[in-house]
Amino acid sequence: MNPNAKTIVEVNNLKKYFHTKKGMLHAVDDVSFTINKGETLGLVGESGCGKSTLGRVMIRLLEATSGEVKFWGNDILKYSSSKMKEMRKRVQIVFQDPYSSLNPRLAVSELIAEPLLVNKVFRSSAERSKKILELMDTVGLARRLVNTYPHELDGGRRQRIGIARSLALSPEFIVLDEPVSALDVCIQAQVLNLLNSLQKQFGYTYVFISHNLSVVKHVSDRIAVMYLGKIVEMSDYQSLFKEPLHPYTQALLSAIPIARVGQKRDRLILEGDVPSPIEPPEGCRFQGRCFYRKDICKEKTPELREIEPGRSVACHFARQLVRTNGR
Amino acid sequence: MENKKLLLDIQDLSIQYETEGGTVHAVEHLNLTLEHGENLGFVGETGAGKTTTALGIMGLIPNPPGRIAGGKIFFEGEDLLKKNERQMRDIRGGKIAMIFQDPMTSLNPVMTVDKQIAEMVLLHNDLSEQQALERAVEMLEMVGIKKERAHDFPHQFSGGMKQRVVIAIALACNPILLIADEPTTALDVTIQAQVLELMHELRRKINTSLIMITHDLGIVAEMCDKVAIMYAGRVVEYASTEALYNRPAHPYTEGLFNSIPDIDRDEEELKVIQGLLPDPMNLPSGCSFHPRCPYAIDSCSKDMPPMVEIEAGHFVACPVRFEHWKTAADGNGGVKR
Repeated sequence: MNPNAKTIVEVNNLKKYFHTKKGMLHAVDDVSFTINKGETLGLVGESGCGKSTLGRVMIRLLEATSGEVKFWGNDILKYSSSKMKEMRKRVQIVFQDPYSSLNPRLAVSELIAEPLLVNKVFRSSAERSKKILELMDTVGLARRLVNTYPHELDGGRRQRIGIARSLALSPEFIVLDEPVSALDVCIQAQVLNLLNSLQKQFGYTYVFISHNLSVVKHVSDRIAVMYLGKIVEMSDYQSLFKEPLHPYTQALLSAIPIARVGQKRDRLILEGDVPSPIEPPEGCRFQGRCFYRKDICKEKTPELREIEPGRSVACHFARQLVRTNGR
Repeated sequence: MENKKLLLDIQDLSIQYETEGGTVHAVEHLNLTLEHGENLGFVGETGAGKTTTALGIMGLIPNPPGRIAGGKIFFEGEDLLKKNERQMRDIRGGKIAMIFQDPMTSLNPVMTVDKQIAEMVLLHNDLSEQQALERAVEMLEMVGIKKERAHDFPHQFSGGMKQRVVIAIALACNPILLIADEPTTALDVTIQAQVLELMHELRRKINTSLIMITHDLGIVAEMCDKVAIMYAGRVVEYASTEALYNRPAHPYTEGLFNSIPDIDRDEEELKVIQGLLPDPMNLPSGCSFHPRCPYAIDSCSKDMPPMVEIEAGHFVACPVRFEHWKTAADGNGGVKR
């Protein structure tokens, strides 16, 4: 990690609970971390682990139950709605599904113009049109598509519209919520390259949410692994893949099918399914499926603690369980 | 020409859909063979025609708008396209079974899972309802679901468990050929690992042939002996998994591999295939990949490239790469990745 890195986002003890008929659903349960300016934090986990909820709570698309989200040192969760509206120009989100996140009745130009209109960025429509075309160039959408509608475009181009919308107000911080999951591999690669070059060009800070570990590794500087509302491991991407410390991370990595022949790995197959996040019991959330569990895991919730600079893990036995990835 | 040794032999199959906008060429002159006990991976992007081919084999192309425009599908030496609806109904779910992508929608929500399996068993076997239900419980246990859960409804199961039920239904009548259409795409990776492990185990037990339709080259590497890469309705490369992964020859296959971020390596930038899949209503002339191909020469836009065998059992529909291969093969072999 770069020692000169400046912290842009600091999340402290953030919680998001939902009331449900069956009880309190702990979607995000006491997570804390920081993100440095210009870096990409990958957020991985399986469906229902709370990664999308976390992404949304961070930019107040959902209101947190408790905790802090500091942006350049100021807690944005305490902002009034007018102050938050100003803030929203600086924090943006790109959604997963380019098929349902764009209004089908607006043309490409109108879709990209929306954030500019809402925030009254330009007085004249000529200036606005110019900006729209510039944005289309930036995200690699051919200018001739300016008057087409989303249904005429493929998933990759639609996702480029979503990206152009998020860039329109020159944000500093962008939450990318599964931005390539709905795309085929070839188109996925094109969009990943685009995000990468935009970051280089404009110095954006990304939170990249995905369930696809190869994609997360490709884009991230640091990675946080989530399980049932908690961060179980957080590390720079190289150490995480070389030497996963948490048993869940180990199982997750070993479960990825590798596109190469003749490479047999000893796979850790987890038993059962992810348990319900409603009223989770005391102790480690993972202990029901863990292959190392001991009595203490049922009684005491392991804290996320730093065991060496830049590497944190929430497991009572972290150091005893080092398993180099058997590939 | 039919070959008795082959389980499945698809010859020159074309499938089209008539739409208001024009004719969609979903599958174009496709040739494919499968031997007894073989596992074939069927790889391609959305719209490449993988699922349409599978539906063609099953006789499930909705007509209209779809229609089989030409070709033959030999299964155990008999042309499935010459069968009538009654005969096809016996084959479907009997000798050929299919697992669909989405376990959430392929089960009946108002029927307990044991009854859904028994329904299939009764359709193809002369058994009493009691016997069929016993068989259903047996099948559930085989896919790792306890018999206490036999009377549960689909919504009481998780995604991975539902897919196990779907697999149990597909295998209930001991099919000779199983077609699995993206069986794990809707599942999380740890659950996917469970289901793939189960399929491995079951195959060892019952020795069914398998066509695995997927876009995930990782799954193919793990599950299949042979691979067919499909692009715009055609098979562009067909080889053993070993040959295809170590010596991919078709430019599209190469591009596909380059598009996947490699988990064991650091790459600054992914090498992408430029452009998009062609419009199936208006396929490019000659080789349909030529507008996106880095190796394309003039003749690519004119002539439909034939499949050539570049090494034993490794077929590729690209004469340009075949030439490269021949030049490079003077040493010990092939265009290495």
